[in-house]
Amino acid sequence: MKLGANLSIGGSLFLLAVAVGILAPWIAHTDPVMDANLMMAEEPPGREFWFGTDAQGRDIYSRVVHGARISLTVGIFAQLINTIIGTALGLSAGYWGGWWDDFVTGLTNLLLAIPSLIFALAIMAILGPGLTSLLIALGLTNWSFTCRLARASALSLKSQSYVQASKVLGYSDVRIMFTQILPNMLGPLIVIGTLGMGGTILAEAALSFLGLGIRPPYPSWGSMLSEARDQITTAPWLSVFPGMAIFLTVLGLNLLGDGLRDILDPQSRSRRI
Amino acid sequence: MTLLAVEDLRIDLTGAESRHVAVDQVSFSIARGETFGLVGESGCGKSITALAIMGLLQRPLAVGGGSIRFDGRAIQDLGQDELQRLRGKRLAMIFQEPMTALNPLLPVGRQIAEMFVLHEGAGWREAERRAIDVLARVRVPAPELRARDFPHQLSGGMRQRVMIAIALACSPDLLIADEPTTALDVTVQSEIVDLMRELCAANRTAILMISHDLGLVASMCRSVGVMYAGRLVEMRSSADIFKAPAHPYTRGLVASLPRLGSRAAAGQRRLQEISGVVPSIADFSAACRFNPRCDRATEVCRTDDPVITALPGGGFVRCHHHG
Amino acid sequence: MLAFAFRRTLQSFPTIAAVALVVFVLFSVIPGSIATSMEDGRGPVDAAVAERMRKELGLDDPVYVRFANYATKLAMLDLGVSFRTREPVSQLLAKRMWPTLQLTLAAMVFAILIGVPLGFVAAMRPGSLIDAVSMVTAVSGLSIPKFWFGLLLMYLFALKLGWFPTFGYGGWWYLVLPAVTLGVSPLALLARTTRAAVLEVVNADFVRTARSKGMSETRVVRWHVMRNVAVIVLTTLGLQFGSLMGQAVVVEKLFSWPGIGSLLVDSVFQRDIPAVQGCILVIVLFFLIVNTLIDIACAVIDPRIKYA
Repeated sequence: MKLGANLSIGGSLFLLAVAVGILAPWIAHTDPVMDANLMMAEEPPGREFWFGTDAQGRDIYSRVVHGARISLTVGIFAQLINTIIGTALGLSAGYWGGWWDDFVTGLTNLLLAIPSLIFALAIMAILGPGLTSLLIALGLTNWSFTCRLARASALSLKSQSYVQASKVLGYSDVRIMFTQILPNMLGPLIVIGTLGMGGTILAEAALSFLGLGIRPPYPSWGSMLSEARDQITTAPWLSVFPGMAIFLTVLGLNLLGDGLRDILDPQSRSRRI
Repeated sequence: MTLLAVEDLRIDLTGAESRHVAVDQVSFSIARGETFGLVGESGCGKSITALAIMGLLQRPLAVGGGSIRFDGRAIQDLGQDELQRLRGKRLAMIFQEPMTALNPLLPVGRQIAEMFVLHEGAGWREAERRAIDVLARVRVPAPELRARDFPHQLSGGMRQRVMIAIALACSPDLLIADEPTTALDVTVQSEIVDLMRELCAANRTAILMISHDLGLVASMCRSVGVMYAGRLVEMRSSADIFKAPAHPYTRGLVASLPRLGSRAAAGQRRLQEISGVVPSIADFSAACRFNPRCDRATEVCRTDDPVITALPGGGFVRCHHHG
Repeated sequence: MLAFAFRRTLQSFPTIAAVALVVFVLFSVIPGSIATSMEDGRGPVDAAVAERMRKELGLDDPVYVRFANYATKLAMLDLGVSFRTREPVSQLLAKRMWPTLQLTLAAMVFAILIGVPLGFVAAMRPGSLIDAVSMVTAVSGLSIPKFWFGLLLMYLFALKLGWFPTFGYGGWWYLVLPAVTLGVSPLALLARTTRAAVLEVVNADFVRTARSKGMSETRVVRWHVMRNVAVIVLTTLGLQFGSLMGQAVVVEKLFSWPGIGSLLVDSVFQRDIPAVQGCILVIVLFFLIVNTLIDIACAVIDPRIKYA
């Protein structure tokens, strides 16, 4: 029964975030960047401004709603890049073995030795702030776990008799990898991808908070919090809503990942971490 | 004088919304210093019967009825404290897989020494010294060195000797050995069996031997109970069971044993097998549980549960068509 | 054991070398690197500054010469001179080392002291209310953005209640809020790992053996469960330390904590390349040292590791 709870609560939170992101232009009250009104600066939450206004008089509700677009775009696409890189490298390394395997393993260990947020931060420092830079920085630095998983599964799956049989039938390596091996590791990959997406959203928020991700005035939840920090004494509500948005989105993804693991990857249930 | 009396034991498997009976109508007794064997395929309930005697059944398994009396006292009525004083001290158990049954992170000497600390109030230093003596008793060479070894540094046979050392450290009244030789090389098996038999005889320790190997059990025990799908189907003295197995399942077991001499001389080369599989706990029905695999099954076997029939010369069988 | 420790330490050298190479490639080879691209509204870099940077970094030399210079200097622990303060980077880092060490260690201690017992209690009664509550706490701790959590703590405990200073560096009082903020996600992860590890160990055969010896449950846990759980927990701790170092950057920045992390962020904004490189190398080195120590600790507890 707890199984279902994880899945349904997590799934609903994530779907809610996605819906808010897609519908942002229609459900936002004002333009998140342009509609500043200094007469209305630092209004606490109320009937007109549900989440209050910031120092420039912008509607926090509208900015949080639009922020969903940035967070989810970065989260989904950067994680997609990670999954593709990790799966391609891990799968081919485990399947082919040899020097390629040594190389990929070395690369993975190297990536694990550099804290990923630090690595992403270094890349952002070089590329400069922006959405594209974020996708590169976060998409290239978080694939080590996916790679390890794909490699381990490929290693164990390639000795299975149905894979051996396909070899005898003369299928090409690539065809075997795509049709025989990949489908059998999809479950754990989806689980890691879901949990990783939460991590990527947190990383985006952290980089934007530091001023290295999405820069003001664009409404990233992280950069909104960075502005809010300076006004925590005068306008504490500025800190509440963007942070709550990140928290609920990531919580949703983590619960969804846990729930999916119970269904898709039941062997690891006892070692749930 | 009876040491252990199991009477009409039932073990339940309780799930979230269902309850199954894993073992029922099991009765047997073991006298002081006696040896008794339980034989059956894996999943027939012999190991959980042993755990029930130790009071070690864990959820979802639990004793559902009947009684287990050890030295006159009902195990299931004892409190945790009393049970802990009994276990290890008077009731000891050896498990099948000595690699996983020993803690991989502690030296084996220390794992033996725990027995003296727990049951004889010894300090660690004294207990470790006595552990070396016990290792010597189970004929581990260079015991003072081996005591410092970790399980992964020992061979399978040595590990099982350590398990025996633990079990017999406090000279218990009853030793339960659950498939003690199954995980070992054939060459080591007989050494371990001889060692157990010899040490237990010296201490007048009774043995409850559990195995799927009828030959092993019969050679070691005075009498044997055969379990099938959670029930005892036949109980006899070892000699009788070989001479004239009464239950079709027992007959199958006897026929499946490789034996030099008699049968080879009779021109029968092929070993017999019992075809089919054991029914799962969920499929136990009102009929004879062996009927799908039995070559003598008739209509009555498919509808009625057989009752116990006493056999001349002691023992019983549970079959509509015995003899 | 000494031999194992020595071997394990040697194994980390190639990693350090590889990381040094990566850092070099990132900041020196890629064209239009940090020196020219950080146009963060302060206007383009003026020609004189750019010229000085090119000189100091030797950007006009061929790549292999530059790498050779960089590697030799690095081998002698010379990290170059900061553009901003004109101090040797190693001195700059030395000053920032202690605050970061203080913060990360305090966060770890906090995480272990609360996370491990939480996981233990949850595992002892799986499915109970305590279990459910601690696991919800754990998943929340993993999901909460650290800087937001820090802001909330700051607002509540510093601004409203006045129990702790808002931010800055000073006595131990200043350490509490940043350490709790940084410790919350390792705490959550430790609680989950500990719970899973205890459940796994408690169902192991040797625990059944321990019970068959007539041990009380307390002794079973003390003698046979704790040690085995410790290995699993330590391993997680080692893996988790990297992300802790990453989050330390954010937490230091939030609380104006004068550690390596805030130096890194400041140096990025001031285009102080030698300092940025130095910070990254030191963070990676710190992470490697911690992992080596943890591996050695695991080998002390688990004799099988030495032979693997």
